[in-house]
Amino acid sequence: MEFFRPTSLSDACRLKSEHPDAVPLCGGTDVMVDINFDRHRPESLLDLTAVPELFGWSRYDGHLRIGAAMPYTAIIAELSAEAPGLAIASRTVGSPQIRNRASVGGNLGSASPAGDALPPLLAVDAEVEAISAAGTRRIPIHEFFLGPKRNALRPDELITAVHLPVARGPQQFAKVGTRNAMVIAVCSFSLALHPDAGRVGTGIGSAAPTPLPARKAETFLAGELTDRWAEPTDLSEDVVRRFGELVAAAAVPIDDVRGTAAYRRHALSVLARRTLTWTWADHIQRMGQR
Amino acid sequence: MTIRVTMTVNGEPLTADDVWEGESLLYVLRERLGLPGSKNACEQGECGSCTVLLGGEVVCACLVGAGQAEGAEIVTVEGLGDGEQLATIQETFVDAGAVQCGFCTPGLLITAFDLLNRDPHPTDATIREALAGNLCRCTGYEKILDAVRLAAARQSSSA
Ligand SMILES: Cc1cc2nc3c(=O)[nH]c(=O)nc-3n(C[C@H](O)[C@H](O)[C@H](O)COP(=O)(O)OP(=O)(O)OC[C@H]3O[C@@H](n4cnc5c(N)ncnc54)[C@H](O)[C@@H]3O)c2cc1C
Ligand code: FES
Ligand code: FES
Repeated sequence: MEFFRPTSLSDACRLKSEHPDAVPLCGGTDVMVDINFDRHRPESLLDLTAVPELFGWSRYDGHLRIGAAMPYTAIIAELSAEAPGLAIASRTVGSPQIRNRASVGGNLGSASPAGDALPPLLAVDAEVEAISAAGTRRIPIHEFFLGPKRNALRPDELITAVHLPVARGPQQFAKVGTRNAMVIAVCSFSLALHPDAGRVGTGIGSAAPTPLPARKAETFLAGELTDRWAEPTDLSEDVVRRFGELVAAAAVPIDDVRGTAAYRRHALSVLARRTLTWTWADHIQRMGQR
Repeated sequence: MTIRVTMTVNGEPLTADDVWEGESLLYVLRERLGLPGSKNACEQGECGSCTVLLGGEVVCACLVGAGQAEGAEIVTVEGLGDGEQLATIQETFVDAGAVQCGFCTPGLLITAFDLLNRDPHPTDATIREALAGNLCRCTGYEKILDAVRLAAARQSSSA
């Protein structure tokens, strides 16, 4: 095995093109588990934690660029107002020890259907920035997940950042598990209201081969909310229930050790109703304060 | 091929040679640097018994690649006291009866030490949240919470 520790993005990029088999190593919270258990013995490791360009975040034209290696702890501390959905999801990841190391870039790299950062990224139509010797490209998040633990990254590419709009409305994330800390989601759901655009965004986790949006639920809710954004009133129980049903219907869950498909569908409809109730109450309150 | 890793552990510059590239920081500390205080239980980030401070932050040493620790500042349980005198958090673990078999203790001490550095007067909810990644197989959690509260009280009365 070889161990590469580049200290600049250009070196990291060059090493990745020279050694496409090198496994990027960021927080190590997925990679090191595999190595410790001898599930995977890579030819070489490409440590990204000494590459300053991959840390930190910046703001431009109403958008955020979040460095691929920025750990969850920093996202929670610094971006709770600008990226509330992602920050709420980050709080549920693992434990303090895990959140100090683990990154959104690693969550995207692993592309697990249970990755907690992924539903909030779907709900805001994020883009993944990837670099190779050939240059930089942006991959829409909706085209990024190809299958269980498979993503659209090419072998010579590294994830450098994610781009997302600064939140202009309420966002939520909720997940079901056996305990508050340290759980892989049985299922999870993220909802983002976009009042300026008159749209809503969703993301479902752990209930299909990939994280995915609930498109029919989005269209239905956006339709119900037309004309109500400016002077919001309470939603009827029918609307909330129907939204929950449509979210559950979008899932393609399986039975596994963490839960049955039927339970996942049921739990998703509950999470969808709850996050809708919370975000809409939040929106009503914000409009009342204007 | 192997690598050489140099880091500062408990204030002392140390070098490990012949380190396998896939090795963890935990293995280097325990097997190459003679510091077996950090415990190895799950090797998958679940139990927290390997918790150390890396650049001032709590991490699971079993999930840090040895080469990633190059040049880093590490604090392990061996570095909490000064050799003569235990740190306050170590004393209160003893006084509160928070140590049973002791296997989880080094990791919990580092986590609690870090918590009290960042928040000298934590609420119970904050303590629970901070310790969520440290499991105690003997399940002495109440005494562990007592020990953290006691350390907070002692540190604020002596400060
Ligand atoms: C105890 C424990 C609890 C956990 N709890 C949760 C949880 O609650 N929710 C959750 O979602 N996850 C959880 N995880 C999984 C893991 O922490 C996350 O997936 C995390 O986001 C991975 O980030 P990392 O930086 O540690 O990735 P790494 O392990 O370093 O890398 C993960 C994958 O991404 C690739 N990669 C990393 N960075 C890049 C990059 N910049 N470009 C290209 N590829 C890259 C790696 O090659 C690898 O394939 C947990 C893990 C552990 C050990
Ligand atoms: S041994 Fe590292 S967390 Fe259990
Ligand atoms: S005292 Fe035995 S594991 Fe905690």
